[in-house]
This record gives sequence, structure tokens and C-alpha cells, in this order.
Amino acid sequence: MESRQVYMDHGATTPLREEALEAMMPYLQDKYGNPSSIHSAGREARKAVDEAREKVARALGAEPAEIFFTGGGTESNNIAIRGAARLKKGRGHLITSAIEHHAVLDVCKDLEQDGFKVTVLPVDSHGLVELRALEQALGPETFLISIMTANNEVGTVEPIGEIGALARERGILVHTDAVQAVGQLPVDVKKLNVDFLTLSAHKFNGPKGIGALYVRKGIAVSPVFRGGGQERKLRPGTENVAGIVGLARALELAVAELPQKTDHLTQLRDRLIAGLLRIDDVTLNGHPTLRLPGNVNVSFNYIEGESLLLSLDLQGVAASSGSACTSGSLDPSHVLMAMGLDHQHAHGSLRLSLGRGNTVEDVDYVLSVIPPIVQRLRKMSALYPQ
Amino acid sequence: MEEIYLDNSATTRPYDDVIELMGRVHRDTFGNPSSPHGRGLEAERLLKEARRAVAAVLGGAADELYFTSGGTEANNLAVLGAAYRHRRRGSHLVTTSIEHPSVLNCYRRLEEEGFQVSYLPVDSDGYISLEELRNLMGKETILVSVIHVNNEIGTVQPVDQIGALIKERNPHTLYHVDGVQSFAKMPVNPRRWQADLFSCSAHKIHGPKGVGALWVKENSLLQPLMRGGEQEGGLRPGTENVAGIAGFGRAAGLTFERQERDAAHMHGLKQKLYWGLREAGLKVELNGPAPEHCAPHIINLSFPGIKAEILLHALENDLIYTSPGSACHSRRPEPSHVLKAIGLGEERLSGALRFSFAAFNTAEEIDRVIGRCLEAVRAFGAGSLSGPF
Repeated sequence: MESRQVYMDHGATTPLREEALEAMMPYLQDKYGNPSSIHSAGREARKAVDEAREKVARALGAEPAEIFFTGGGTESNNIAIRGAARLKKGRGHLITSAIEHHAVLDVCKDLEQDGFKVTVLPVDSHGLVELRALEQALGPETFLISIMTANNEVGTVEPIGEIGALARERGILVHTDAVQAVGQLPVDVKKLNVDFLTLSAHKFNGPKGIGALYVRKGIAVSPVFRGGGQERKLRPGTENVAGIVGLARALELAVAELPQKTDHLTQLRDRLIAGLLRIDDVTLNGHPTLRLPGNVNVSFNYIEGESLLLSLDLQGVAASSGSACTSGSLDPSHVLMAMGLDHQHAHGSLRLSLGRGNTVEDVDYVLSVIPPIVQRLRKMSALYPQ
Repeated sequence: MEEIYLDNSATTRPYDDVIELMGRVHRDTFGNPSSPHGRGLEAERLLKEARRAVAAVLGGAADELYFTSGGTEANNLAVLGAAYRHRRRGSHLVTTSIEHPSVLNCYRRLEEEGFQVSYLPVDSDGYISLEELRNLMGKETILVSVIHVNNEIGTVQPVDQIGALIKERNPHTLYHVDGVQSFAKMPVNPRRWQADLFSCSAHKIHGPKGVGALWVKENSLLQPLMRGGEQEGGLRPGTENVAGIAGFGRAAGLTFERQERDAAHMHGLKQKLYWGLREAGLKVELNGPAPEHCAPHIINLSFPGIKAEILLHALENDLIYTSPGSACHSRRPEPSHVLKAIGLGEERLSGALRFSFAAFNTAEEIDRVIGRCLEAVRAFGAGSLSGPF
């Protein structure tokens, strides 16, 4: 098969779509006013931010006043969890899961050092949080549950709606990191019964450096940063107007295209999984059905995911061995370890995350280049039974 | 009629070159810099290049620079990050009463949390007293923050003398300079000033909004304010805003390259405006230091007998954009804390208008501004007229 460039790392980041860039450009060029300025150049920028807020609210089933723009998904997660905790003045219990992104897990660890009680829920071998374990963990001091909508490494979709319902009747707040879900699954804050929801533009073909946090009306949060009065003081700093406009445009389009995109990605995903599982000693990581339409994660026994990645890169295929944020570290993925994989399987994992623009030809190309690479790497492996 | 934008301390128009570069990066280099494949490496290379360009302006090494989502975050990281990290050494903090809200409100927060904060007063030109700083500082002082160029009145603090004094009084005290208004537009050299922390922002120097940086002297440890990935040495986690950072790097390089020429140009426009208004018979009062002493791009004037809002809107009708105080609190009705700190009375407070310049402004524009000010004052606030009109 002819060599081609295939980007299958949409879980790390996605290309900015042309429509979003087009929407952004005027706010970099002529409409560069500061939304806090009271003259018309400022008011024009303010109007763009307000309209973007309305679009985002509509996309999530929220009200505009419930949407706050931030510098990205990491910041949204930090604001939600720290912000809710700050108001508890160092006392209380929060619950999270072992497979959260570090931007959630490490915030909870910080809070534990500050004196909060933290329960990190285990997951089953598919990466699912067990509702029974969650219920057992609940206590009179529990004030916050933070569980992701869908996992970034293995794509497992968590039962957030049920978790939300269960928490709501007990008066416990729920935050969900929906960074991977938005743009791939229907995300409606009312149906999910959540109080906080995190999203990040660059995961749904919007720009980097901009995210949003949904905060349900009436819920108080203390800001992480102090400064001017922007974003009703929850997130001070001159607004990234172009970024905000790009986020809203990308989200609006992602939501409109969701049904077709889901079908398309699911087909590609299943074709890819079926093809990969035909190779010897390959196992699928994550859930067989409760899975993001664009996520494929497999372990190749006897080889290192990193070597596989390098070889794939040379063949024009961009993939990942876990989440991009931890790719510098040699530790095995905390997600795969939490699902009970041994070190060898965890180290031999490969994530192929599909997105807008991927085609059947891309999938077939990847399926044509992987088997010979795997064969070659296994021949060099001391572990492989020759 | 052409727009005249004289609100460049609030935000600036990005350079064409910056816009073009950002568009290109958005289209072609969309990888996540943390990704271990070619797409990621391309993005990582852009970050390195931008880091070098920004560091060059500071005369510092690139690896001591941390990109943030803007000046506010850089200031928060500097102040809160230093105070939390070093609280075991002491609980006394010093800042000035004319800081930007992103510094001032961090200190207020720390005060609520049990730190002891001294707010240095300023004289009628906006300068702090070195003697007062000397007397305030002690063994317990862990951090001092000073705004290099004030965003409302343009006062330039003697940051080099302040640094020498701080380190002489207590070598362990960290020294933070908020350089958002001075960065690249004026010579800045945090290392020479003996500063440990220096914050800056892209959109004040014709770069994009949503990007800033904190320069941190080696070994000046900070506690991160957010947790997440390992980006920016773990000090500022989150996928990097690659296009924004690239735009920042380009804007820093271009502004720095033209620094002397542009500063002279803006200084000329500022003098022209001030003297022009006076020669036209307006009794404008200067808030802040004399035009020859303050930053090249900022002048704050009160027009007696006319409220700033009225003049601002009259100018706006003529597509001339200015600001009453600083943009960050222009939506708040209360008077500017900076103008109060320099001791302005009620009338001058309510009549204060800030004109802030960029290299794009021209002498013809200033002529039109002077003419329009005169007409507005004649129509709405004759109290400002000195002559028998």
C-alpha cells in the first residue's frame, strides 16, 4: 500500500477546523478590542464573548450564565475541584476514580495533603467505575465526586448520569471531566445531572489554550486566580476573544455533526479493532461497547509501545502509547494499571484515536503497516517465545 | 473616518506578521507538543523558538521562562506560588498600593489566609519611597512585588534600585516585577535588577490575547497553582497554546527589535498631545509624573469640569478610543485605586482619562484628538477652558 500520513492521535489534540479559524481571524485582526473596555471596540469584543457563551450553553443544555471560559481543560478541572474544596475550608471528603486525568487526580492528591479525605475508586478490568463501590464510599462528609465522562486512554464511558442522580439526591456535588467526550458523545448537563463539567476546545477541532467550565446555577466556587472582574471573577484576565469565538464555533459544529460523526468513527473504530485483534497476542484495552467512538487501545504482548510508536511515526502514522501529557515518563499508564494489566501488557499498549478527517483508507493503511512492525519488534524481543 | 485607537494599555492590535504566523501554525502545526511523534515534535520546536525570542527580550535563559494563559496568571503564579512555597520562612509580604488587580487581589487573598501584607504608599507622581521600603522589610519578609510601569499613569519605578535595596536588606526575599506594561516596549532586565520573578503578557505588545509568561530566576522555587501534566516543568500544566505562544514569540521579537525607535515615536506623540491640548487652551491636569519621566506610551489627564465618561463618549463618536482608568476595572463604577493612591480629589478622579499609544499611532491622529477634545470641552465642560473663548 502506498505510504501516507495518518493522524490517529485525536485524543492528544485535533487539527483546528477551517470554520473555527475563519471565525477567529476577525478577532485577531480588526476586532481586537479588550472586552472590558467601555468604548465600541471593547463592546464589539464583549458581544463576541457573550454570543460564544450562548452557543456553548446551547450545545450543553445549559444557561449562558452557567458557562465560564478558562485557559483549557486542565484549568477547568483545577478550578472546579479546588474551587469547590476551598469553600469547605480544609474539611470534608471527596471521591474520584483511579483512571482520571492527572489534572483531576493530582488536584485531589494536593487536597489530601491539605487535610481533605479523598477516596480514589478502583475500576473494573474494562475501566468502569462501579456504582456499588461509589455508594459504599459515600459518607456524611462527602461533598464532591469527580469522575470523567469518558477516559482519555481507553475510551471507557462512565455512567455519569447515574452517578449524578445518586449524588444529587444526597446533596453531593458532581464534577465530570468531559474533555474527551465533548464532540464524540451527546453531552447534556441536565441529563448527566452534574454540577460542574469541563471541556477543552482543542479536543473537538477548536484552538488550543481555551476551555470552558460549566457551573450549575446557584453553586458557589472560589476562583484559583485573582485579578480583574472577568468571567464574573471566577476566571480573571483579559479574555482570549479569538480563542473563545473559535471554541464556540467548533463546538456548535461538532454538536450539529455528532450523529454522522459518531457513526463514521464507530465504523472505523470497529474495523480497526477487528483488524488489530487478528494479530497474535493482541488484547483490547477498555470496554467492548461502552467506548468512545474514536478510541482504540490495544496491548501487543512482548513489545514496547514506545518502539512501536517510533516505527509507526516513520511510516507516517501518528499515535500514542497513553495520554500525551505523561508520554515523557517511563512509568506504565496509571489507567491500564488500575484496570489490572500487568507491566508487560501496560508497556505494550498503543492508543489509536480517530477523529474528523480519518478515512477507511487510513484504517487500512494502519492495518497494513502494523503487523510487519510487530513481527520485527517481537523478533528482537527477549521475551518473545521464538 | 478612520479609527484612532489610543487604548493600547488595555490591549493592542496584533502585528500582521503575528496574525499570519498564527494562522499558519493553526493550519499546519496542530500537534500536541507532548506527543512523541513528528506532529508533536514540530509543535515543540515552535515552543522552543518562542521561548528563545521572549527570553532574549529579558536578557535571560530560555529555560527559565514559563508560558501562561496571560499576565494575570503569570502574576498569580508569581505571588501565590512564591508565598505558598516559602511560607515556612516567614509570613511578611510587601507590595505597592498601585499594583494591577491581578497582583493586588492576590495579596488581599494572602492577607485573608493569614499572611501579613504591607502596602507601600506612593507620592503624587506614583513613586514608592525607597526609605519606606527599607524600613518595612525584615527577616520575615519573603516576597516583594512591584509594578514596573503602572498601567494607569505610566509611572516607572526604579526597579534596579528597589532590587538592590531588597537584596541588601534580606537576600532571601524574593523580588517580583510585574512587567506587563514595560516588557519589550522598554529595556527590561530582571536579572540585572536582581529580580527573581518577572511577568509579561502578549496582547500588550501586539501579540494574541490568552498568552503570557513568567520568568523565574533559577532556584526560585514556586508552588504550582494547578496540577495536571508535566508541561512547563510541571509549574503550569495543560496542553500548550502553540499558535498563541508562537504569536507571542514573534510579537516579542518585533517589538524588541523596534524598541528604541517606537519608544521615541510614542514619546513624541504623548508630548504632542499634552502640549497640544495646553496650547489649545485646555487646563488639562497631569495625573502621574511629567511626560518626560513616565513610560513612553501612557499619559493620564484630567479635564476639569467634564466627566471622563462624557469626554470618552464624545471622542468615541469620532472613533477615538480611550479609557477611563484601566480597562480591567472600567466596568466597575468605583474610582481607580491608583488615582486615589496618588491623592487625587473627587473632581480630578472623575475627569481622568488615559491615553495609551502604540507605534501605529500618527501625529495626524493626535491633531484630530486635540481638535475633538477642544470641541467636546466647549460643548460639555467649559470649566476646562483657560482662555476667554
